[in-house]
Amino acid sequence: MPPSICALCNTNRALILRPKNHQKLCKPCFLRTFETEIHHTITSHHLFHRGERIAIGASGGKDSTVLASVLKTLNERYDYGVELLLLSIDEGIKGYRDDSLETVKRNAKQYDMPLTILGYEELYGWTMDQVVEQVGKKGNCTYCGVFRRQALDRGAARLGVQHVVTGHNADDVAETVLMNLLRGDLPRLSRTTSIITSTPSLTPPPPPSSSPPSSSSSTCHTNIKRSKPLKYAYEKEIVLYAHHKNLDYFSTECLYSPEAFRGSARALIKNLERIRPSAILDVVRSGEDMAKLVPGGNEACGNGCTGQTIVADEGEGGCGSANGRSSGGEMASMEMQLVMNETAVEYGLEVEITSGSLEYQTHNSQMSMLGPLVNGKKGQRPKGPAPTLRKAPRQTMGQCKRCGYLSSQDICKACVLLEGLNKSRPKNSIEISSAVKEPQESQTISATTSIQRLDLGAE
Amino acid sequence: MTDNKSEDVIPITVEFSGGLEMLFSNKRKHNLSIPRNDDSGAASNIAFLVSYLCQNVMKDPRKNLFVLDETVRPGILVLINDADWELEGEDKYEIQRGDNILFVSTLHGG
Repeated sequence: MPPSICALCNTNRALILRPKNHQKLCKPCFLRTFETEIHHTITSHHLFHRGERIAIGASGGKDSTVLASVLKTLNERYDYGVELLLLSIDEGIKGYRDDSLETVKRNAKQYDMPLTILGYEELYGWTMDQVVEQVGKKGNCTYCGVFRRQALDRGAARLGVQHVVTGHNADDVAETVLMNLLRGDLPRLSRTTSIITSTPSLTPPPPPSSSPPSSSSSTCHTNIKRSKPLKYAYEKEIVLYAHHKNLDYFSTECLYSPEAFRGSARALIKNLERIRPSAILDVVRSGEDMAKLVPGGNEACGNGCTGQTIVADEGEGGCGSANGRSSGGEMASMEMQLVMNETAVEYGLEVEITSGSLEYQTHNSQMSMLGPLVNGKKGQRPKGPAPTLRKAPRQTMGQCKRCGYLSSQDICKACVLLEGLNKSRPKNSIEISSAVKEPQESQTISATTSIQRLDLGAE
Repeated sequence: MTDNKSEDVIPITVEFSGGLEMLFSNKRKHNLSIPRNDDSGAASNIAFLVSYLCQNVMKDPRKNLFVLDETVRPGILVLINDADWELEGEDKYEIQRGDNILFVSTLHGG
């Protein structure tokens, strides 16, 4: 094959074939084009405003490293006038996060940005290593995902920052669109395709509190904005940008969900890309268009958000390795789930949920069942009548009664999971089939029965 | 075939990154001498290199994390002397003396 010439400068040899439009570019033209497109995403969506302090959710992986590098470049080139900080979450997984945190520390020096590392242990009193010791390797991604989402918000609040940017790329969004379509979860489709989401979260209590989500008495609430400047950037181009710019990033697989990409929606996306590279952005755009058709999609938006800003839900995100990339193998587990649901409807059984993200539909009823049966170890649980059963299928945002975090439930997911952990008993093993449309009472009975059974088993 | 006379082999550099190095003895850079021709006598191309790597270099048994349906798994980028292999004829590209072939995975997280 004769060497191709760059389509932009018509001089240099082309090294990059752009997936979105098959354009052949040389290295300098590619780097410039990539940066310019991110700039256009930022300006056309009004992501930043002058004087804003912005925390970059940094894992040391390719996406967040490229994000930090590009934002630094653009902030200087176009004079955004924003202050950039790095915020890293340490899940507490020995042999996994330690190495990538070293990369983040180097990045902090290279990009001259202050770095804050916040650990699950500090926030929740549990490292992921301890969680896995407790609940086993199966299902631990649920804990990690729920903890992670809150952790970034809490970190931002602690830094006094109102805006967190994450490295979610077009492939991530396309994957999420597919998963939500397969689940039939239209409200979440609407939320996850939005380039800006917001989560009212805690501002830091006066003294640095190391206790797990503390009582809401001394805290007030403020909107933490989330955005994804790389939303329209192909993962392929992110990796190529990192390669051609010699960026220092770290690739690893989480020890607790190795090879998560196999058999997942991720693999499907990559196969589509091999056949027709533009498919990824097509899926993203289709997701956005479908989200517009979701009735009342924007009504899910709680207090204080405007325009296209949509309130993110706490369950968003799964496996931590890519800031909310799903934990993989989901299509297979979903299929199994559907079969099990059918069986459960037939026999009136409760269903064991293997994929944590599926669990939220039955959350309401589960919570109210568990309410009167369990006592929080730390005594933070407000005394009084059990939370009432709410039937509304649409999420209405309120605050967690225990920690004050934004939640559609009386008690947020993290607190539910923590309570389970603190009682040495995983909650996620019990579920009620969401497909069963029975009177509430019979649901109550079946759930209570299963809990009692579990109690016996635990003793 | 196992006769490694210098005119029958070509020296190349093969690199793995983005997490792929984990499958290749945790080593990023491999200096290799590969046969000039494949078993049928045709000039060695990338397709041949990939199967050669699986048989001779990769000690990890999880071959399907690198190869799927007899080609490089989707999500793994191949750069031939820094150029996207799609610009060079993909797996039909005939390997030249001194070539640098880089396999970068996009599949692994941070």
